[in-house]
Amino acid sequence: MTIIICTESFDPWQEIQQYQQLTKTKYGATSIFIGTMRDFNDGDEVKAMTLEYYQGMTEKQLEKIIAEAKQQWAVLDVLIVHRVGEILPNQAIVLVSVWTMHRGDAFDACRYIMEALKSHAPFWKKELLSTDKERWVLHNTDGYNPN
Amino acid sequence: MSIKVRYFASLKESLGRAEDDFVHTGLLSIRELWQRVNAATPLPDNILVAVNMDYVDLNYLVKDGDEVAFFPPVTGG
Repeated sequence: MTIIICTESFDPWQEIQQYQQLTKTKYGATSIFIGTMRDFNDGDEVKAMTLEYYQGMTEKQLEKIIAEAKQQWAVLDVLIVHRVGEILPNQAIVLVSVWTMHRGDAFDACRYIMEALKSHAPFWKKELLSTDKERWVLHNTDGYNPN
Repeated sequence: MSIKVRYFASLKESLGRAEDDFVHTGLLSIRELWQRVNAATPLPDNILVAVNMDYVDLNYLVKDGDEVAFFPPVTGG
């Protein structure tokens, strides 16, 4: 299980490949979620975003979330990578990758970890709009297209 | 007892500071702690609170050496 909080942009596919080569887990299924920064939100054009976090608590909460997932599903390994600092559109914000023996555990555990991260891991987004106005994102969406 | 109080994100900006060091004698809940350190600011409805990096509710009684954090709803991912 590995949690990485990074201040630089990262390539999620490279992270997964490197991690698999290092850990050599004997898995039968991998479920991956990648969250990417959009250049629009709430009807406005967004040109950059700054992500703040609570160092120490963020890692602690993510460890708890992974432990909860392992209690519910037969999880072999988990990699979470999350950006902080300034982020630009199209850059990856978060990667959650879950390795299991079978697909059901992989899908369910990946979904659980991502949803729990959204509601419990202390990260906060501040958007810089194309008008140069800054605003905090006040709450998460439910994860589906609102239209 | 000595308590470190920390603020994050929009709350840190609106209060104009990142932390307080608070010294107190006797029992004190999280709700009471907020009133002591932010007397002029009502406790926001949707506020989240952690003690020593674990979530707690507003009735939690603080202890000497605790790090108490107040912050708005989280928006990562």
